This record gives sequence, C-alpha cells and structure tokens, in this order.
Amino acid sequence: MSILVNKDTKVLVQGLTGKTGTFHTEQALAYFGTKMVGGTHPKKGGEVWSSGVDGTELPIFTSVAEGKDKTGANASVIYVPPAGAAAAIEEAIDAEIELIVCITEGVPVMDMVRVKAKLEKSKSRLIGPNCPGVLTPEECKIGIMPGSIFSKGSVGIVSRSGTLTYEAVFQTTNEGLGQTTAVGIGGDPVKGTEFIDMLEMFLADEATKSIIMIGEIGGSAEEEAAQFLIDEAKKGRKKPMAGFIAGRTAPPGRTMGHAGAVISGGKGGAEEKIQAMEAAGIKVSASPARIGATLAEVLKS
Amino acid sequence: MNIHEHQAKALLKEYGAPVASGVAIFSADEAEAAAKSLPGPLYVVKSQIHAGGRGKGKFKELGPDAKGGVRLAKSIDDVVAFSKEMLGNTLVTKQTGEHGKQVNRLYIEDGADIARELYCSLLVDRATSKVSFVVSTEGGMDIEAVAEHTPEKIITVAIDPVAGVTADDVAKINAAYELEGAAAEDGKALFPILYKAFTEKDMSLLEVNPLIVMTNGRLRVLDAKVSFDNNAAFRHEELKPLRDLSEEDAKEIEASKYDLAYVALDGNIGCMVNGAGLAMSTMDIIKLYGAEPANFLDVGGGASKEKVTAAFKIITADPAVKGILVNIFGGIMRCDVIAEGVIAAVKEVGLEVPLVVRLEGTRVKEGKEILDQSGLNVISADDLDDAAQKIVKAVQG
Repeated sequence: MSILVNKDTKVLVQGLTGKTGTFHTEQALAYFGTKMVGGTHPKKGGEVWSSGVDGTELPIFTSVAEGKDKTGANASVIYVPPAGAAAAIEEAIDAEIELIVCITEGVPVMDMVRVKAKLEKSKSRLIGPNCPGVLTPEECKIGIMPGSIFSKGSVGIVSRSGTLTYEAVFQTTNEGLGQTTAVGIGGDPVKGTEFIDMLEMFLADEATKSIIMIGEIGGSAEEEAAQFLIDEAKKGRKKPMAGFIAGRTAPPGRTMGHAGAVISGGKGGAEEKIQAMEAAGIKVSASPARIGATLAEVLKS
Repeated sequence: MNIHEHQAKALLKEYGAPVASGVAIFSADEAEAAAKSLPGPLYVVKSQIHAGGRGKGKFKELGPDAKGGVRLAKSIDDVVAFSKEMLGNTLVTKQTGEHGKQVNRLYIEDGADIARELYCSLLVDRATSKVSFVVSTEGGMDIEAVAEHTPEKIITVAIDPVAGVTADDVAKINAAYELEGAAAEDGKALFPILYKAFTEKDMSLLEVNPLIVMTNGRLRVLDAKVSFDNNAAFRHEELKPLRDLSEEDAKEIEASKYDLAYVALDGNIGCMVNGAGLAMSTMDIIKLYGAEPANFLDVGGGASKEKVTAAFKIITADPAVKGILVNIFGGIMRCDVIAEGVIAAVKEVGLEVPLVVRLEGTRVKEGKEILDQSGLNVISADDLDDAAQKIVKAVQG
C-alpha cells in the first residue's frame, strides 16, 4: 500500500515540451515505468513528444480536459514557469484531475490565494507548489525526487523541504526501513496540502508503520499537525514518529530561500515547533544527519 | 522587496488613501524649500530607512540625549536644523541591530492633530490562505507587544478573494476601531482601497501604524510600511525604481544577480548548500557543534558551474569567513558537476581557508574522485554530522 500514487496512477504533464518537463518525464518513465500518459500545450496539440533516452513517445493534447478524456489520466504534474503556473493549476482543477502536483517554484502568493479558494470548492487535491513531488517506491514517481535513493518499505515521509526529504529517504533506506510514500508538500506560505492531510493518510495506510515529518520555520502548520496527532492519539490512532525542524538559527524577519520560511511578528520560530511536535510524541532529531537513526531508535524502544 | 515610507504613501495616495502632504529630501539644502511647500505650522521630519522603531531610535553620532529618528518641528528653521542633524548620521533602532542604518533621505511631512491612534495591517494569513486585515485600537505601539500582552485587542478580518472587501467586512473593521460619523465614512472608502492596493501590487505586507483619527474626526494614514512579494516582481516593472540598493547588503545584491538565495549572517563559517531546508539545517548543525554560520546560501536544484563559482566568490569575499562548508545532496543535480564547479571556482578565486565538502546522492563516487584527484586541499566528509564537526574543528583549531 501507499498514499496518493501507485502503479495505476496515470500522469499528464503540463509543460512537457519544455526542458525541465522533458528531463523529469524521461526520469519518471525510467523509474519502474511510471505511467506517464501524455502532455499538454495550448498550441502543440496533436504533436508527439519523444524521450531522448529511449524514444518513448507521448501524445500532446491542447488542454488538460482533452488529455484526461483521451488517456484516463487521474493525475497531473506541472512544470510551467511561475507566471503561468496558477492558470495551469486552475485548468487541471476545471478538468477535475484528482491529484495535481505543482513543482514550479516562485508562484506569486496572490495567485495561490485565488487558486486555494477554487481548490476548496473542487474535487482535486493539489500538492505544492514549490515542491519536489510525490514518490511511491517501485511504483510511481511524480516530480523531481531522485528515484535511486528510495527503497520499498514501511516509512511514510512528509516534508516542507525537498533536499531534507532526500535526507530522510536516504537515511531510512540505509536503516533498512524503506518507504511507503514520500510527499514534499512544498515551501510556499499558501499551498495545496498541509501536513495534517498527509498525516491522516499515513495513519490510515496499513503499510505505513511509522512516519517522518520534516518542517521548517514560518507559519504554524507544524503546531496544527501536532495538535491533530494529539487528538487522533486520543482516539487510539497513533504511529511511531520521528521529525526534524530546519531553521533553529535563522534570524527573524529574513526569508530563508523558501518563500514560506520566515519568522515574522515573533511567530513561526523553530523552538515552538519542536516543543509542539515533542508534545505530540514525535521524537525530533537535533541533527538532520540522524533523522533515520532517530526513527530506528523510536522503533526499537 | 521593501520600500520607504514616503514611497509607500505615494503609492497609497494614487489609490485614493488619505495621506498628508509631504516631500522627500536627500540633502539638507532641500529642507527649507520642502517645508515652505507645505501648509505648516507643524511639520514632521522622518528618517527614511527600511526598519521600524525610528521614533524611539537614537543617532549613533549624536549621543543619547539627542532626539530620535522622527521629530516634530514647529517652524521651518526647526525643519532645517533637524535635517542637518539627521541626514548622513546612523540611526540605531531595535530593528536595525547595533550597527544601525545610515539615514540618506528624510521625509518632511505636514503635521496632524491626532485624536486617536489605531493599528491596521494587511497580510496573507497562512492559516486561512486569505488576505486578512489585522486591526487594533492600540495604534502607534509595537504590535508584537500588544499581541503578547493583550491579544484580545487584536482582531483579524479575513477577506474572501472572490467577493473582495464587503460592506460586512468594513462594518466589522469599523466596529473593532469603534469608528463613528465621518471617520466611519472614511473607513468605508479606505479599507477597500488598502485591499485593492495590496492585491493589485502583490504586496506581502501593508502596515499602517498608526492609522489616525484626527481631531476633525477624519481618518489619515500617518505611517505606512510596504513589502512586496518577490515572486510577483515579474509583473511589476513599475515598482523596480522603488528599490533602494543602499538599504541592502552588498553580498546579497551580488547573490541576487545570480538568482542565489543568500542571507548574510554574523558567524565565520561560510556555507554553500543545495535546497533551502538543507541550507538552514547546515546552519543549525554548525551551531549545534559550537560555531556560527556566516551565511545562508541555497544554490538551488539546477546550479551550473557558473552559479557555483559565483557563490564561492561571494562567500570568499566576506573577510569574516574562516572556513567553508559545501553540503550537497545531489538529487537531480549530479555530484560530479558540483565537484567540477567547486574546483573551477577555487582555481579562479583561490582558497585561503579550510574547505570541507560533503557530497551525497547522484554520482557521488565520481564527484569524490574528482575532488581527491584535484590536488586541492579539500577535506572530504561522509555525512552532515561529520562535515559539521570537521569544519568547526578546522576553524577553531
């Protein structure tokens, strides 16, 4: 089992014809044959994309709706530049794509405010923007995560940071635990999916025996997730968890790379998040090099 | 991007917000003419720096008894005297840090008779994913202190992005401020104006502190602080001239030319990392082992050799840097490319401090071989713990 994506997920690529879209689609096809079913481009409908690696061909459709209609796609991945990313998400929502993953970094926050309002009235789930994507080992890779560090296993991973997701994946692979699914929810202040939804799915997923949650400074999503876990534990729903928070040393008022990683108005600091997570029973590693080892220790105790 | 108060007010004035007349000046020679163009008899001379707490701030050069960074002038002579005293000197406020900021421009503004001071800000509330008004009757003070001591005095009104500011929203805000008569009428016009300016210009923060009720019962924007969403800069060419480079760190300006996310810090270990989360963690782990990072630097996921070279130059140009830690988890990015970039950069800019490199991920073996065979004095590390311990040891001896 897994969450969000599996071997049956059919993926359309919005922005397939660009350099980034092409590269990552080649990588996805090479990763256990992820079912990439086509791409979209408003002016290149009817053309055919072919992989530079092995010549695999994919049809290009004029719109997401047409692509979904003709391929049965239930997911889309967006590699469109920032100026057009919100419109791409909106198009996928209108086409009622179940899972939309937006990789694009640099989407204006006002665009995301508009998208979020539309999303809440829709049937779609959005992951991102500004995220590395979703990967279920040996089944489906959507986005830019390196497939080589994954192994099939029992840990569910959810993170606001791309490279820290890789750290957690790599470390759990080295611990011999492996992953069910890894989800990068993205580093923007307004995003499609927060921790709670992913934690809910990991708690419900039988194959997921333990969970790693990686947060960072800015906002209060970690505190809300911690409260959610406390409430669920009272209902008897609980899984062993380890975590990490980036940005203990970040100066207030400065945006640290991710648009959402900023301590503002005295809020969003690392220490409060760590305390909240510890209070919810998550063992928070002080070192980013020991996230996997910390989970292994929790599982042994 | 942040802008100055006088620029923020000019922008709000375009949208029809009530602001006082004022003139920005860059030299004391301009002070008299500026004051004469205003109605008087009361003037306010305001330091224009990108930091708050100006009124209570002190000028480094003038001693503790001198007046602060915002001064009330009762004559044109006062305006001139204050301008001479303030321009070119260094204002230290609780937001500038002890180094303070040089005051390069002043805003000479028409005075106002204040009856009440209110607080108003607009921001994108992450909890609701909506633009919210944050309002309080406790204006003119530090809102963080109000939030800590009397949180019940802060009221948040979330605005639906489709409907915009409704009559109901205005009524809520007016009620929170206890506005009546002319002031309440002014509110009906002002709050939608602020929202329009915020959304159309892609602001990330619009703070009016204080918003005042004047003795004549009318509302006025007495101070204004605006930050813009950098991600939306591509659609706001008109805002580019408002950027004041003298307010920014030289290294950060250089980094922004190469699209590098860089923040200057006070420590002595320079860091080059891919990914924002990993870059923050690298700072954290340096601190965990007893040293301080000199910077935050995310070279991004697809850094080229040129970008790596630029990043290296920025780090080594900082005289405070006594050691460098390169930490890369190559996902899509290949470690051999990084290794080549590091070597090329070192060959070009030299290396006079210890360099610890930790590589992991795609083509890590090839990357490590390239570094080993380069003949450069590179200390190789296995993981982030190892890397942090090695660089801290190298720097502290």
